[in-house]
Amino acid sequence: MSSQSPLLEARNIGKSFLGIAALDGVDFTLQRGEIHALLGENGAGKSTLIKILTGVYRRDRGSIQLEGSEILPETVADAQALGIGTVYQEVNLLENLTVAENLYLGRQPRRFGLLDRKAMTAGAKTLLSRYGLDIDVNALLSSYSVAVRQIVAIARAVDLSGKVLILDEPTASLDGHEVEMLFTVLRQLKAEGLGIVIITHFLAQVYAVADRATVLRNGRLVGSRVLEGLPRMDLISMMLGRELLEIENDHAADHAVTTPAGDAPIRFEQYGRRGSVAPFDLSIRPGEVVGIAGLLGSGRSETAFLMFGIDRADSGQALIDGKPVQLSSPQAAIANGFGFCPEERKTDGIIGEFSVAENIALALQARDGWARPMSAKKQRALAQEFIRSLDIRPPDPDRPIKFLSGGNQQKAILARWLVTEPRLLILDEPTRGIDIGAHAEILKMIEKLCREGMALVVISSELEELTAVAHRVIVLSDRAHVAELKGADVTADNIMRAIATPATTEAA
Amino acid sequence: MQTTLISGAITRKLRRLAPQLAALFAILALITAISPGFLSVTVQNGRLYGSLIDVLVRAAPVALLTIGMTLVIATRGIDLSIGAVIAICGAVAASLVADGYPLVAVLVAVTAVGLVCGLWNAVLVAFLDIQPIIATLILMVAGRGIAQLITEGVILTFNNDDFAVIGSGALGGIPVPVLLWLAAGLLVGLLVRRTALGFLIEATGINRRAAMLAGVQARFLLIFVYAVSGVMAALAGLIITADIRGADANNAGLWLELDAILAVVIGGTSLNGGRFSITASLIGALIIQSINTGILVSGFPPEFNLIIKASIIIVVLTLQSPALGFIAGFFRPPGAGQPIGTASGEHRAADKAGTTRTDRTATSLSTGERAS
Amino acid sequence: MKNARNLPFLATLIVFLVAYGLCTLQFPNMFSTRVIANLLSDNAFLGIVAVGMTFVILSGGIDLSVGSVIAFTSVFVAVLVGSFGLHPLTAFVLALVLSTLFGAGMGLMIRYLSIPPFVVTLAGMFLARGAAYLVSTQSVPITHPFFETIQGLYLRLPGGGRLTAMAMLMLVVFAVGALVASRTRFGANVYALGGNEQSAALMGVPVGRTIIGIYALSGFLSGLSGIAYTIYTSSGYSLATVGIELDAIAAVVIGGTLLTGGTGLVAGTLVGILIQGLIQTYIVFDGTLSSWWTKIVIGILLFAFIALQRAIIWYSNRRLADGASRGELRGAA
Repeated sequence: MSSQSPLLEARNIGKSFLGIAALDGVDFTLQRGEIHALLGENGAGKSTLIKILTGVYRRDRGSIQLEGSEILPETVADAQALGIGTVYQEVNLLENLTVAENLYLGRQPRRFGLLDRKAMTAGAKTLLSRYGLDIDVNALLSSYSVAVRQIVAIARAVDLSGKVLILDEPTASLDGHEVEMLFTVLRQLKAEGLGIVIITHFLAQVYAVADRATVLRNGRLVGSRVLEGLPRMDLISMMLGRELLEIENDHAADHAVTTPAGDAPIRFEQYGRRGSVAPFDLSIRPGEVVGIAGLLGSGRSETAFLMFGIDRADSGQALIDGKPVQLSSPQAAIANGFGFCPEERKTDGIIGEFSVAENIALALQARDGWARPMSAKKQRALAQEFIRSLDIRPPDPDRPIKFLSGGNQQKAILARWLVTEPRLLILDEPTRGIDIGAHAEILKMIEKLCREGMALVVISSELEELTAVAHRVIVLSDRAHVAELKGADVTADNIMRAIATPATTEAA
Repeated sequence: MQTTLISGAITRKLRRLAPQLAALFAILALITAISPGFLSVTVQNGRLYGSLIDVLVRAAPVALLTIGMTLVIATRGIDLSIGAVIAICGAVAASLVADGYPLVAVLVAVTAVGLVCGLWNAVLVAFLDIQPIIATLILMVAGRGIAQLITEGVILTFNNDDFAVIGSGALGGIPVPVLLWLAAGLLVGLLVRRTALGFLIEATGINRRAAMLAGVQARFLLIFVYAVSGVMAALAGLIITADIRGADANNAGLWLELDAILAVVIGGTSLNGGRFSITASLIGALIIQSINTGILVSGFPPEFNLIIKASIIIVVLTLQSPALGFIAGFFRPPGAGQPIGTASGEHRAADKAGTTRTDRTATSLSTGERAS
Repeated sequence: MKNARNLPFLATLIVFLVAYGLCTLQFPNMFSTRVIANLLSDNAFLGIVAVGMTFVILSGGIDLSVGSVIAFTSVFVAVLVGSFGLHPLTAFVLALVLSTLFGAGMGLMIRYLSIPPFVVTLAGMFLARGAAYLVSTQSVPITHPFFETIQGLYLRLPGGGRLTAMAMLMLVVFAVGALVASRTRFGANVYALGGNEQSAALMGVPVGRTIIGIYALSGFLSGLSGIAYTIYTSSGYSLATVGIELDAIAAVVIGGTLLTGGTGLVAGTLVGILIQGLIQTYIVFDGTLSSWWTKIVIGILLFAFIALQRAIIWYSNRRLADGASRGELRGAA
């Protein structure tokens, strides 16, 4: 431990959005010359913490000290002036401007009141040469690869701030060579004494570049560890919130004998899409729950998008009852009896201003077509039926769905698909962001549907959830299906091992 | 049970229309106060006459346009081309009538021309993914040129009493233009409300992505609304042409698209799409025409017309503005506003957290859509 | 100039040069400074207002009020000079102050009420036209020695062309506009806003100030254009320049500026104006063609350029997607 005070020290940070805690008593310490990985699943509180550090949000409580003095950045510009710069994955620079214009926007050198383009060009060249980048700075940013853009963004942030650099998923769309180029730059900045925070979901990269990792989960600090010598399994279990080797007693896979044999009626063969998910085989039988596990960014949701026709596959085929089908759009998937509850409820699921009844009726109405309208009476009757059976609260079919809690919205979306009586229901993170009570009810509902003969695919980052409901679990890593666990093998331990394994071989 | 349900629906409908009806009655009352003869209706030669009837007749073109525009705006779009489409359809009508084609052939041909114009816009919006305001601007610019091409640059007049009936005739005492817009409003209203079209259009307008993920064919709906808009412009073109017994490619329907947009906005349909009411928009059209006619009969110089119109738009827009809506919600009494405030606040917080991911998935959907 | 962002501009320039070349092949007389000078003089007021529109569209907005503001300015000046006996220069200053404030007011509404520019400027269009009607519904002729002096000013070009004061004013406005767009922080901020408002704000662009400035500039140039129009016609008329906003928008888009904002050049708009003027001139020379072909050809050009822009965006998106998918091969490697 260094005797010197840390570069950045956040203590007991709390932040709520209207009563819902997004961060609860989180500590975070960054040293000079350190690359520090910030890890956690979706909703763990990583981005909230970053936004508090960079002045996008104001903290409710806690203290932040930069080089020993208390700071309270109120705007991004404030944070920049203090020395904290951020590079976001996407919305970051302006593609319609040149590299030099991006580097100097808002602080252009001027001569006689006019922009001094010569000085900008020269300055930009010098600035980028520090990072080993020799490019035409007067070409549009959009003409360069994402890696170059990232380095330009880093150059701007470091030039503006110079003490702390925060990188939010900088490698998500870089190839191996580009990642290495980026890491070289990060190591150089680290040697110059900068403190660097990096958010990424590629564990191999965490081990390759970071010195220390802090893990958040559900808005709380799980722990902070030095990475050298830390087993990968330990890190994964911190992120997924499970102790290793804990024995799961009651899980569906124990009853795997009930899994019907024979050819599965729904099959995907070498199904895949370039840039999304590597080709995979998947078969699903009625009365079976197939779980999909993997870390954030491993291709979980992308698998669902392919199966539901949101993204089109560019390889392989989908077979239903032995016949190939084209899943070219959600309509096509629905026509084949599929249903899909998306992860992003607010943007992909609910029609906010519509009532609960209208939201429930939507998919059935869309399938029946415009010429066969469902009467308001039938809408309400259907809604009332599902409000009762799923215990949607408040039990008012006419209330706009945007006024319901997350759990009740999720139940309404579930009801939307149940009224279409699907043969395959895909649930992407069905329990994210909902309270404990609704959580249990939704799991019970999944088991009930399964008993009634529906085929289900459940995508989840909650391992307990998967082991509790799934008969089989497909494990994804780096956008490929890497393992399939069956029967007694479906344990949290095995899932985590499978997630960790391919990353190890890659690093080796 | 049945009756309470129905009366409940009527109450809801009335509550939805209350601000528009109140505004209309207030304006009518104001005009009557200034010029007492306004409300008197007389019967001459078996046709109704009077300022009030005049409002209904003169409102016809904007009312027709409003029907289509309401649907287009409900999908979060806009159709700037309808004024130019009126000019094209008027030119086609006048030249066909002048050439002696039978009335039915003229009506069918003009409606078809309007439909084609609407489909052109629909293709640009639904298939080429061009922003509606930009897509419909093309026809707005070129349309009047096309109309002049048809009329060969002159004001094409004709003498055909059968055709003129559409503009100035009466059926059972009621002027034909009034019957036309009432019938069109009723027909389209029934079409979208008695089928699921209206429901699906609203879903698409509120959240296109979520609607598509639920299997709604947004593209088909877009084609439908722009086609209706084109056909309504054709009908408006027929009325205007029949009324003046001629086609003026330069001035027919000039700026009527803006009146139609205004009527929809006054009718309370948000420019951000979603819930719509054709009835409310039609009342909006009547409000605009009442102001126009009212200024005339009240003896005010017509110069005031635009200023008053502009002031109304500014007031309505300011009240509808999201920024001001937030302030209004903020000042709501704590008890009444609580559940709403909490829910939307939660929504906002969640939105912020989910922004990056959503952007990414949105792109993937639109590429998927394009590929199909 | 090697940048992809200048591609639409180059396309426009080539279209103009080829079209002009073809025209002179058919009518050798069109190749003269006289034709060029007339073309510039006749479109001077349109050119001035199109410079303001370029800034508005570059920022991702639109201004529908410009035609009405021109009409208002023209009757306002005519009445001040004619009925109130003010010196034209005083009237000009008053008109410019009013139109600039008007634009700034619209910018304020767009920014702080979060109402789309289309709707705000539509209201502004009604308001300005209504105000013009209030001033006078008649055409107000102006007879003032100052006007005659300005109208008499011109630069004789080799070949007999007369570059009028208004044409020179337009060229100056274009030159200053190009300088502001490319060499000032305000200009850089306009491009940044058009690229992505959120990113621009994060990168320190003063969004509110810039938006208000943009619409104030458009208001100012509409006022200036109104003055040019008044001098050109020696009168003020509240029904004048109806629909001129469409011509201005068309000139901007044909000039290679993306209607979604962020990309384009002020110089492109000048070429857009020249193309419109060329079509009109050709029709005059031809003698048999009618004036409505102008609108149709402009409509076709608009479609062609919007389609070209879509194609460029699709192309660059596909390149991006390819880049992204390359990144995904990492797992397999």
